[in-house]
Amino acid sequence: MGDQPLVRWDWITGNLVDPIGTRLLEHLQLSLSPILIGLLLAVVLGVACARWRWLYPPVFTGVNVLYAVPSIALFFLLLPYTGFGPWTAIIPLSLYTLAILVPNVVDGLGQVPDHVRQAAVAMGFSPLRRLVQVEFPIALPVVIAGLRVAAVATISMVSVASLVGLGGLGQLILTDGFRRQFTTPIVVGITLSVLLAFLVDGVLVLAQRLLTPWTRDHGAAAGRGSARRGEGART
Amino acid sequence: MITFAGVTKRYPDGTTAVDDLHIEIPTGRITVFVGPSGCGKTTSLRMINRMVEPTSGSIAIDGRDVRAQDPAVLRRSIGYVIQQAGLFPHRTVVDNIATVPLLLGWKKAGARARARELMELVGLDPEQAGRYPHQLSGGQQQRVGVARALAADPPVLLMDEPFSAVDPVVRTGLQDELLRLQSELRKTIVFVTHDIEEAVRLGDSIAVFRPGGVLAQADAPERLLAEPVDAFVEGFIGYDRGVRRLSFFPARLLDLHTDAIVGEGAPIARAREVARSSGEPWLLAVDGERRPRGWVAARDLERGAVGSVDAVGDLDLVGYGHVFTVATDSLRAALDAAVLSPAGRAVGVDEEGRVVGVVAQTDLGSAIWAVGTDDAPTTRPVGRNG
Ligand SMILES: Nc1ncnc2c1ncn2[C@@H]1O[C@H](COP(=O)(O)OP(=O)(O)OP(=O)(O)O)[C@@H](O)[C@H]1O
Ligand SMILES: [Mg+2]
Repeated sequence: MGDQPLVRWDWITGNLVDPIGTRLLEHLQLSLSPILIGLLLAVVLGVACARWRWLYPPVFTGVNVLYAVPSIALFFLLLPYTGFGPWTAIIPLSLYTLAILVPNVVDGLGQVPDHVRQAAVAMGFSPLRRLVQVEFPIALPVVIAGLRVAAVATISMVSVASLVGLGGLGQLILTDGFRRQFTTPIVVGITLSVLLAFLVDGVLVLAQRLLTPWTRDHGAAAGRGSARRGEGART
Repeated sequence: MITFAGVTKRYPDGTTAVDDLHIEIPTGRITVFVGPSGCGKTTSLRMINRMVEPTSGSIAIDGRDVRAQDPAVLRRSIGYVIQQAGLFPHRTVVDNIATVPLLLGWKKAGARARARELMELVGLDPEQAGRYPHQLSGGQQQRVGVARALAADPPVLLMDEPFSAVDPVVRTGLQDELLRLQSELRKTIVFVTHDIEEAVRLGDSIAVFRPGGVLAQADAPERLLAEPVDAFVEGFIGYDRGVRRLSFFPARLLDLHTDAIVGEGAPIARAREVARSSGEPWLLAVDGERRPRGWVAARDLERGAVGSVDAVGDLDLVGYGHVFTVATDSLRAALDAAVLSPAGRAVGVDEEGRVVGVVAQTDLGSAIWAVGTDDAPTTRPVGRNG
């Protein structure tokens, strides 16, 4: 890359809105959608698995097998059907979050003490109301812990989606930086995606504090839940 | 009234938890289900609010089959308290208590106001309203559990070993509280325990279950202690049932002696005179307000062992142990006080703690013997300690 400086500030200021801003927004959209869709699916699957325990082993194996498929393969597999639209990235990334979120939803619901569930039944909660008003809130700390891992993993994986030209900060790194042997967009892209991960994580931590005030002064009992999977790198 | 008519529960694995149960649970009374572990008490209780469905037979509340109602609706009219309290960890005390009113569609403000009323009723500090359950002691959690069960003013209350996870002192306090509440509220209470002592204290009637889910005997506690139907019931209620039965006879029945009491200011010579004329081996010294001070042995007065002391109150008095309240305590309390007294005598006091008279172990013996032939005990244990 010759003798040019690592970061050229004039390039940044000149390209702040486009492509930097555009790519950032794309990245945000491409990571938030899978997280939300994944959460929704995981809640449905997790509740079903908690209700019918026999369902859990096959579902667990299923989401883990999915997780093992390289993302790039999935992107290419979907390309003929969904083209270069955002869904080509969103669908596989949503499926990946399941491997983290489904076990956490099941574990979270499993943390509801039996006597609490019994008491809810005895007081006349209907099954749906019991789920929404008693079991979900108690499961929330564990679910949010999983969500944090899933969010950071997804944000980093979106960059891979750019390899197949699906947009996001990876696109900045790849087309503006790598192909043109120009370091500034690469540095900007990496920095922004790390910042984005920090930001989303911070929002989730804040949400956890606001939504579960009862866990605040006793870390031992309720804040114990943690995600199963580390934030392993994936290609 | 809750009626069990030929109720049997067989679990899918073949266990017969309850076997052909016929029992009537009277309205406004406390009925206790008691028996060894696994004899079907919890199962029987849960069939009332349909958390368990009977295999055969039927259960009716005031003549209406419980199966005629939607289970969730039925349960909102039946309070339920369990051992670990079952409080919702994510709701504050006040919101835990407001649960059933909210389920019934009350406005939030109304439900919370009602919850605060109940906190007061069960003796919880209003400052604890905003706390979460894990910030309370076990005893306080149980109070919240009771308050929550009572919040919608259900006519029926089911309690499954509600006090067995707290220490004995707290348990006694909670039992007293329950009796006080019940004297105001007159709920139909079904109370499960495996502690016969608790059953006798709380129950207007007691149903003893035997293993296999068979009802062995259902009777008023006093009759149960006096006439267990068979060896199983007798063994279960324990071999000290004779002493326990004294709980049902008031200490009022005793003849108290008043001739062996001296004021603490009385001169030694006067005390000696009292001892001689009464023939009592022990004199009780009392203060100016007739509160007990301690025992003086008549023997010591005679022997000149008193030295240079002038008044009874200046002697080395022997501790009088604990007293019994004549008007409200039972023969059991009097016996206990006498057994523990170094003088072999129990001090009976009035409600203000002033001495009414004393009774010796030997006199107690004849009173107890009379009780054995007398058939008119009270239906509920007398006094604080049963
Ligand atoms: N869901 C169930 N499935 C199978 N068997 C059960 C079930 N619940 C209870 N049982 C069995 O039914 C019998 C009665 O149980 P239950 O819980 O009613 O006893 P209990 O008198 O309340 O005992 P404890 O004093 O230990 O609470 C026991 O043998 C128990 O193992
Ligand atoms: Mg039980």
